[in-house]
Formats: sequence, C-alpha cells, structure tokens
Amino acid sequence: MGRRILLENDHIPGIETFDVYRKHGGYRSVEKALKKMSPQEVVEEVQKSGLRGRGGAGFPTGMKWSFLAKPEGVPRYLLCNADESEPGTFKDRYLMEKNPHLLIEGMIVSSYALGANQSYIYIRGEYMWILEILEKAIAEAKAAGFLGKNILGSGYDLELGVAPGGGAYICGEETALIESLEGKRGNPRMKPPFPAVKGLWGCPTVVNNVESIAAVVPIVNDGGEEYAKIGIGKSTGTKLISASGNLVRPGVYEIEMGITVEEFIYGDDYCRGIAYNKKMKACVPGGSSVPILPAHLVTKTAAGEDRLMSYESLADGGFASGSMLGSGGFIVFDEDQCIVRNTWNFARFYAHESCGQCSPCREGTGWMEKVLYRLEHGTGNLHDIDLLAEINKKIEGNTICPLGDAAAWPVAAAIRHFREEFEWHVTNRDEAQRKNYGLLKESVA
Amino acid sequence: MGSAHVDLSKRHSEKPSFSADKLAEVKALMESYPEGKHKSALIRILHIAEDEFGGWLSIETMDYVAEIMNIQPIEVYEVATFYTMFNLEPTGKYVFEVCRTGPCMLVGSDNIIEYIGEKLNIKVGETSADGMFTLKTAECLGACGYAPMLQCGKKFHEHLTKERVDEIIASYREGKVPN
Repeated sequence: MGRRILLENDHIPGIETFDVYRKHGGYRSVEKALKKMSPQEVVEEVQKSGLRGRGGAGFPTGMKWSFLAKPEGVPRYLLCNADESEPGTFKDRYLMEKNPHLLIEGMIVSSYALGANQSYIYIRGEYMWILEILEKAIAEAKAAGFLGKNILGSGYDLELGVAPGGGAYICGEETALIESLEGKRGNPRMKPPFPAVKGLWGCPTVVNNVESIAAVVPIVNDGGEEYAKIGIGKSTGTKLISASGNLVRPGVYEIEMGITVEEFIYGDDYCRGIAYNKKMKACVPGGSSVPILPAHLVTKTAAGEDRLMSYESLADGGFASGSMLGSGGFIVFDEDQCIVRNTWNFARFYAHESCGQCSPCREGTGWMEKVLYRLEHGTGNLHDIDLLAEINKKIEGNTICPLGDAAAWPVAAAIRHFREEFEWHVTNRDEAQRKNYGLLKESVA
Repeated sequence: MGSAHVDLSKRHSEKPSFSADKLAEVKALMESYPEGKHKSALIRILHIAEDEFGGWLSIETMDYVAEIMNIQPIEVYEVATFYTMFNLEPTGKYVFEVCRTGPCMLVGSDNIIEYIGEKLNIKVGETSADGMFTLKTAECLGACGYAPMLQCGKKFHEHLTKERVDEIIASYREGKVPN
C-alpha cells in the first residue's frame, strides 16, 4: 500500500468523534499554528508544499491564498467547496464521512492563515447526512475550545457553518457557489472581480476544495518542504482518486502522486484490473469534463513512456493524446462499452446542468445532446459528427464560466479518438442498435 | 436546470405553518448569518419546509417561507425552481432518484431504472397507483464507485441489483427504511 496521509486513520473505529480523533494526534496543527506561527508563516508553508487545488483546476493553493485582498475593517471569508458533483468523483464524500474532524481541523488552520473569522462549508444538498456528521463534529470541536472565541487562548476567533446546496452541478464553480451561499440561483459571476477581491457578500473570499483544505493539516504538522518531498515534480503530495466504472475494485484510494497508471488500474493495492476479465477500452482519468483516452494512451503516453498519476503526465501530449488529472474521478470503460452512448450520456448531463445564463452553453449543450442522441439511436448522419465539432467551437471560450468548456472537451476528445465508432453508428444503423462496436471488432478479428 | 414553471393548479389547501420547535430552528439558522445576510439560509429552510409540508414546495409553502424570512416571494420562487432537489409538485410517499450518469450507466443503471419502472408499473416521473413511490432519475449523486445507486430521502442505496431493489421496495412498503 502506498503512502497515506489523508486517509491514514480512516480505519480507526470512532475516528469520526472528537475524542478518538484527538487521541490519534488530531488538532495538533491548530495548536502549532495558533501558538507558534503567524498567519503569514502558515501561508508560506502551504506555498512551499506545492499543494495544488484538488477540486479539478490544479491551481496552486498557496498562490490562491496570496491573492486574497486584505483591506482594513472588511471581513474575509474562507469557503470550503464540498459541492462534489463532477461525474466520477466521490472522494470528498468519503473523507468527510469517515474523518470529518480532518476537514474541520484544516478549516481552522486555513481560516487562521487567511484571517477569516467566519468560514463556511458549502456541501451539495444530496449529501445531507454528511452535513449532519459535520455539524456534530463542529459542535464537538467547539465544546473542546477549538472553535469559537479566543481559540486555545490565542485571541483568534472563528465560527464555522455548514450550508447545503439544492442539487446543481454548477455550484461547484466558485462564484456560483458564492451566489448559492447568498441564497440565490447558482449563476456564475463575471470575473474580474475575482472572489479574492469581491466574493461572499462583496468581501474578499477564498474558495478551496475539501481535499485541499484537509491537506493543509499534514503540511502544517510536518512542514511544507516535507510535504513537497512526496509525489513527483510539480505534482506534490498525495491525491485521493475516486475509481469507478468497470473495475474489479472501484472505490476511493489515496495515492502518492507519480505511481504509474498501470499500477493504479491493475495493482493489487488499487483497482485490481478490469472486471470480469475483460479488456480496457478507454478511460476518463479526471472526472467527466476531461478528455477520454483510448486504452493505448491510458497506460502509455504517445511517446511510449509510462503514464503516471500526476498532473503533468496525464496531460502529456496535450489534448491530442493526453488528458487531465482533474478532480481524480477515474472512470474506466471495458471493451463492451459504447463510446457514443457514453458521450451522449455526458452531454445530457451538461445540458441538464447548464445554468442557462450564457446562450452558447445553454443552447450548445442542448444541441450536442440532441445530435448525440440521434447518432446513438440510429437516426444520425455523417454530417452530424462535424456538426458536433462546430457546436463545440462555438461554446468553447464563449461563456462566463468553464461549464461550457467542460461540456465541449469530452465530446471533441471522443470524436478525436473514436471517430470510426461514431461513423459506424451511422453506416451500420441496425447493427449499432443491437450490438457494440468493440464487440463487433473483436469478432471480426 | 429543473422545470422553470410552477403548476398553479397544484396547491396546498391550508396555509402551511411550522411547529414552534421548527420555527425556532429556522430562526436560529437565519440568525447564524451576519446581520442582513439571513437570506443565505434560504436553501436550507426550503429543504426543511419540503420535509415538513408533504415533501414538495407549493406556492403556499414558498410564500410562507418568504414571509418568515422577510423577503419577496419571487426570491423564493427563483431559487426553488433552479435547484433540482426541490419538488414543485406532490410526489409519492417515497421518491426514488436513480442516478443515470456515466459511471452508473457503465454498470447497469439503465437496467435498474427499467426494472423499478416495471415493478411499480410506472414510467420515470410518475407515481405508483398506491401513492407510495415516485420514480425519478438524477444526475451524478457522488456514489460512482458503489454504483448503480438510488437516493430516497437522505438515504443512499448502493450496489443495486434487481434482488436488492426488491428488498428495498418491500422494506419501504412495510414503512421501514432499508439498511
């Protein structure tokens, strides 16, 4: 088993309670930071750690923190993005369910670093039972003096609240999240101004993913330099990967960044290969928004090198032959899966989740869904494949938030790597309704 | 997003009213935000209102929430119609929301949706004749590694098979939440 930092203690019975968590070294980082470090020193450790945002974008957390405006007399806010909704992603849920105090500890230290006296965890509404777990843990931490006024006699005050969403993927986008937390529709805001300048209620705000905030705990405990020794290159630390699809053992795994994709998919410590002894056909390694890769580009790069589980290696080859680590939502397709059907399925997801604010996204996602529907259901024509590419170009880069891009990229990638399968759906309509392209190829071969 | 219209033919016959305890809980939620920012509690209060007033949000319920929060009714309507978790029409006693997104589809969610529909003799979006179950589909609910799955109330039912679906339905029929 590889190195575990965030999930090190998740097997301990009762770790979700304050007492057990504390007994196993919990809240040490709060003691260390509040008693021995200045807020700026905490920020510096996070910068040294090289930690990159774990929600999907991979932006350096320490740098994001350094952008926070600090005007006199204006409150600042830290918001935790627990609106985990990217298809294929369920790691934050696991972390919060198993070890809620790790997130709360991270929130306290991070809020201290940013000078926030009021912070919120915004959690997707469907995770309502986890909201209850978090509120219980917050009450315990407060009773023990780790939240509230004058924490550990340091003079630092912090209140921590939890707010649920109502079922909207878009609220994972940070400005939509802020709108939603203000009790409004989750329509993303124009940037600039960025949340670091004008966020929640017009005040400077940092929004970080659950896993990023949890990672601040070991960074403060052991130092940013120690954390940076884990992993490979600019992909420092460990990453939670949510593995799903046709795997022997799907689930949440903590990996040291830099293990090979081969080991992750087939290794005994991880997913143990493709279910029912089938072959892998494709993989979406970072949540539904990232480009799909055909089997030969999953474990090896186009240059024939081993593909690694890291930001850089998964992106190797750009969009031509690479993908992205994204949120770590690792979806594996066996040989019997239909790429056209899955592409349509994801397009339907984005059409459903578009907030409707920008016409290229609102109309474009709907069009893509309709065109892919007819390709999948045997009523498409060859021109439709090019039409998809055209719609793609009209969405990409023309919207307020990245949902439009997130909808366009997977379609473009699927056509790039599996064009013949799309064409086969048009040229062999009847067969396409009865059986799968992959199977057909197998039987011909 | 969800349906943009509210069907005005579907109403609550009486004006909804929280119990004293629930009202205190709702007021405490509003007060947990800085002064003048109590609208932040709206989504959570709508979840509570839905639980309290029959599992859906009628115009009467939304107007009542607006009144308690001292905001305009339209501020409540626009939020209630945006977020897909809110039911704007009456539902069955139990609402099955079966995830249909990619990772669930790869391991057979389409079959599960079809099976539930056959078993309850309803289509997606409909309620069974006895008023017990409503079948809906949902987009990714964050259970991809434990798929196929459905959510009923706060509960996630994962690793679904036909046999498991039978057990779940039987259990709810007896008024028990399945494990």
